[in-house]
Amino acid sequence: MSREIGNNPLDNGTFADHLEQNGVSRRGFLKFCTSMAAALALPAGSAEVMAEALAAAKRPTVIWLSFQECTGCTESITRSHTPTIENLIFDYISLDYHHTLQVAAGLQAEEARDQAMKAAYGKYLLIVDGAIPIKDGGIYSTIAGRTNLSMLEEAAAGAAALISVGTCAAYGGLPMAHPNPTGAVPVTDIVKDKPVMNIPGCPPIGLVMTSAIAHFLTFGRLPEMDQLGRPKAFYGDSIHDRCYRRPFYDRGLFAKAFDDEGARKGWCLYELGCKGPTTHNACATMKWNDGTSFPIESGHPCLGCSEPNFWDAGGFYEALSVPQSRMGETILKAGAVGVGVGAVAAALNQRNKAATVAAQETMTVDALKKES
Amino acid sequence: MSKPSIEKGVNFIKGQIDAPVASFFSSCIHCGLCAEACLFYTETGDPKQTPINKVEPMRRVWEQEFTVLGKLKSMVGLGKPVDEKVFSEWETLVYDGCSLCGRCSLVCPVGNDISGMIRKIREGFSAAGHAPEGLISATQRAVEIGSPMGVKLPAVKAQIRHLQADTGLSVPLDQQGAEYMVLLSSMEIMNFPEYLEAIARIMKQAGKSWTISSTAFEATNSGIQIGVSDLAKVIVERVVDAAEALGVKTVISPECGHAYTAIRWDGPNLIGRPYKFEVKHILEVLDELTVAGLIQTEGMETAKLTYHDPCQIARKGGIVEAPRRLLNQVASNFIEMSEPGVMNWCCSGGGGVSANERADEIKLTAFRRKKSQLDELKVETLVTACANCRLTLEEGLEANGMDIPVVGLTEMVAEHLVEDGTQKESAS
Amino acid sequence: MELNELLIWARGPAFNIALAIFVFGMLLRLFEILSLGRKEDLSAARGSGVAGGLRTILSRSLPRQTLFSREPLRIINGYLLHIGLFVVIFLYRPHIELFERLFGVSWMGLPTGVVDAVTAVTILSLFVALLIRIYNPVLRFISTPGDYLIWLVTLLPLVSGYMAYNHLLLGYTLMLTLHILSVELLLIVAPFTKLTHMFSFVLARWYQGYLAGRRGVES
Repeated sequence: MSREIGNNPLDNGTFADHLEQNGVSRRGFLKFCTSMAAALALPAGSAEVMAEALAAAKRPTVIWLSFQECTGCTESITRSHTPTIENLIFDYISLDYHHTLQVAAGLQAEEARDQAMKAAYGKYLLIVDGAIPIKDGGIYSTIAGRTNLSMLEEAAAGAAALISVGTCAAYGGLPMAHPNPTGAVPVTDIVKDKPVMNIPGCPPIGLVMTSAIAHFLTFGRLPEMDQLGRPKAFYGDSIHDRCYRRPFYDRGLFAKAFDDEGARKGWCLYELGCKGPTTHNACATMKWNDGTSFPIESGHPCLGCSEPNFWDAGGFYEALSVPQSRMGETILKAGAVGVGVGAVAAALNQRNKAATVAAQETMTVDALKKES
Repeated sequence: MSKPSIEKGVNFIKGQIDAPVASFFSSCIHCGLCAEACLFYTETGDPKQTPINKVEPMRRVWEQEFTVLGKLKSMVGLGKPVDEKVFSEWETLVYDGCSLCGRCSLVCPVGNDISGMIRKIREGFSAAGHAPEGLISATQRAVEIGSPMGVKLPAVKAQIRHLQADTGLSVPLDQQGAEYMVLLSSMEIMNFPEYLEAIARIMKQAGKSWTISSTAFEATNSGIQIGVSDLAKVIVERVVDAAEALGVKTVISPECGHAYTAIRWDGPNLIGRPYKFEVKHILEVLDELTVAGLIQTEGMETAKLTYHDPCQIARKGGIVEAPRRLLNQVASNFIEMSEPGVMNWCCSGGGGVSANERADEIKLTAFRRKKSQLDELKVETLVTACANCRLTLEEGLEANGMDIPVVGLTEMVAEHLVEDGTQKESAS
Repeated sequence: MELNELLIWARGPAFNIALAIFVFGMLLRLFEILSLGRKEDLSAARGSGVAGGLRTILSRSLPRQTLFSREPLRIINGYLLHIGLFVVIFLYRPHIELFERLFGVSWMGLPTGVVDAVTAVTILSLFVALLIRIYNPVLRFISTPGDYLIWLVTLLPLVSGYMAYNHLLLGYTLMLTLHILSVELLLIVAPFTKLTHMFSFVLARWYQGYLAGRRGVES
């Protein structure tokens, strides 16, 4: 899945210059790189490589497009833990367009995007959050009078690679949920000729987003990804397999209500609908908000937000093993049909047997003999 | 009257299929355990002798006639045939390879009454002209002459005369209003006359009125064995008519397993109404009389002996404790066979097998089971309560060079009756 | 189709279809059986048919001594299989959740590790059963393609469930999906094969027990 992108364009001096200007020590920077490398599960020594690459890198152009989304992903990335690093993220790249974070607005903002795209054509990194509505010509979501669809198509044409941030951009998310009134689709349904990495989650973990971007900057390519286009380093394990409550699952100890003894004792939330077993994400290991906690640790089952179709996968509070069908209704209906057809079959059987018995001649001794 | 045909056979099988049969076939998962309970399998090792396989033609008819899936299968040509070839192939399994002993029914984990189904499938085989010659002849004699062995009234009368002359005991014939009407099996008239003498002595001591009917002295019902309900009904009706005409209170089935099943359990269903009299096996009567103190015995058999439970009396008739109480009263060295009572192994000659000459060989092979049971015990006497078992056992023992006398339990009890006039208070 | 979509389909529409066929089929089979009726037994009863029937429904779960001594392996294996299936189906918490949703009643489950071990034993017992079926002359003779089919459809949910839990071969999500689909296959196949014995055995035991009970015979 990885693809060479080529050297990143630099127009504002190297990253190292930037660090110095911002008063970041070499030591602090290395520390950052080490944590990135660890997060990405890169081999030992990678932190050095990363530090060198990043230090030498010239700030690449990054364009961030927001479509049908809730800004939760942006909120999350701004909370990427280690606050100084958060600043760095916005410093070591040249974030030329992000309509929530940028100061510019209106025409000025759109011009900035056009300029950036022209200047770094073929080399910029395009980050997308939000799904793209395509029904009725894509009129259900527009920015500055342009549909999301046309804006994405235009921006993708000149991008070196794309990162779909959040489940909406990656897999359609909430906008695409049944009945999908706007015809929302994920980025990969539109962009077929560029490398696209998905960082799903609703929202994704901030550190995962920043780490994935750092990988692109360090190695000039996207990290190794799974079948769903997710970086394996963060999405390789299921929540369940890494969950600190897993031993309770194995021992068969489950919370059955949010306020019962099991819940207070921190038992497994499977029966409260936890989708941990089928959800791949780094929540259980990296956690959220500077490694403070994650939903299950806070006593809430995993919703499975980083998986495709998670809105349509049945109730959030339904155990994974409970079929998402109206079983009672099915049984009643099938039962009614069964009784109906059964009654007909029964009547036919009775008629068949009665006719057979009625047609039987009384047996006599002579009737036993073949010849007589 | 139409000749036998495959179509008729299939129709008769079809007519026998009821809810129990359907539930049995729905439940069989082919675990094969019934084979392990069947002496025709254990002694031959032939998988075809697996009890559930013996009713395979019936399963096919059931599936094709009474299940939606089976009808669909037949439509697309997947239904297995029930044709002349099938009847020919299964005839020996259904008749020669089954004594209707019912052991398979008792071990089936899902509760299938396999022997009951074999009884039913015989209706179809006999209607299709696939009943064994020996059984057809026996049935013909039973219906036309009155006894499967061709015993006629004069023979019975002669026996009565001999008995009266030899012992001075009286044997009432056609006595209106008697308490008991005693039935005999042909074998008892022909081979084991001791039985009638025993009855006469027991009744005398008990002070009970009894009689033999000149129109219905024979208890054996070949119709049950060959599996023709219409003919079994004819035979049962004779007994019912006679018993009701004489106004007896109780009809006593002789020491014959199938006779008991026929008159006790099948009879009312064959004639379509309950009886106006009771039916008891002679062992039940003896037990009752003993318990009531009406007959008393003295002395003990000292020979080491064991008791062979006739299938129709024990497993299918529920008479298990009575023979043991009686035996313990007249024998001091009674030991149980392995697997006694309801799980006893069949003698190998029941269910019409002994009347079917073609089955002689397999019958003797199957007898090995009984032989090994007896070899373990090394008894001097074998007691039983079924004339057919008795004959089969005697033949089997003789064929195997085993010198063990086979005795009817009724006779043994009669031999130990306290003699008239010397009746004394019970010593115990 | 995305893997998750397949899982959603398996947990939703597919389960619905399978459940409907199962309920429909089993009822049809029940009607087919009961419609054939049973003649009233006119002989004078020595004992209670009802008591006999009820007794036999329970008592047939225990083997006769004579049979056990002849075929200990087959009988023990049969117990392992059926008890194993019972434990795996009814004493695994996630499964109990399903039954609770369906019937509104819940009960205690066993630790997942125990269920996991029982599953392994049950799978082994199925393979032993297959070997017996193939190598025992009686079983080989009387076995039909349907017998091998029900063996397979019983095995699949066990193996897929075991593999999903233990992360064998395929990812959990795919294995879970296959597990659910295999259960659905079982539900669909059951009414039209000898798997009907899961219900009809009660009828069969009842009928024989009733007959024996009237005669005052142990059954």
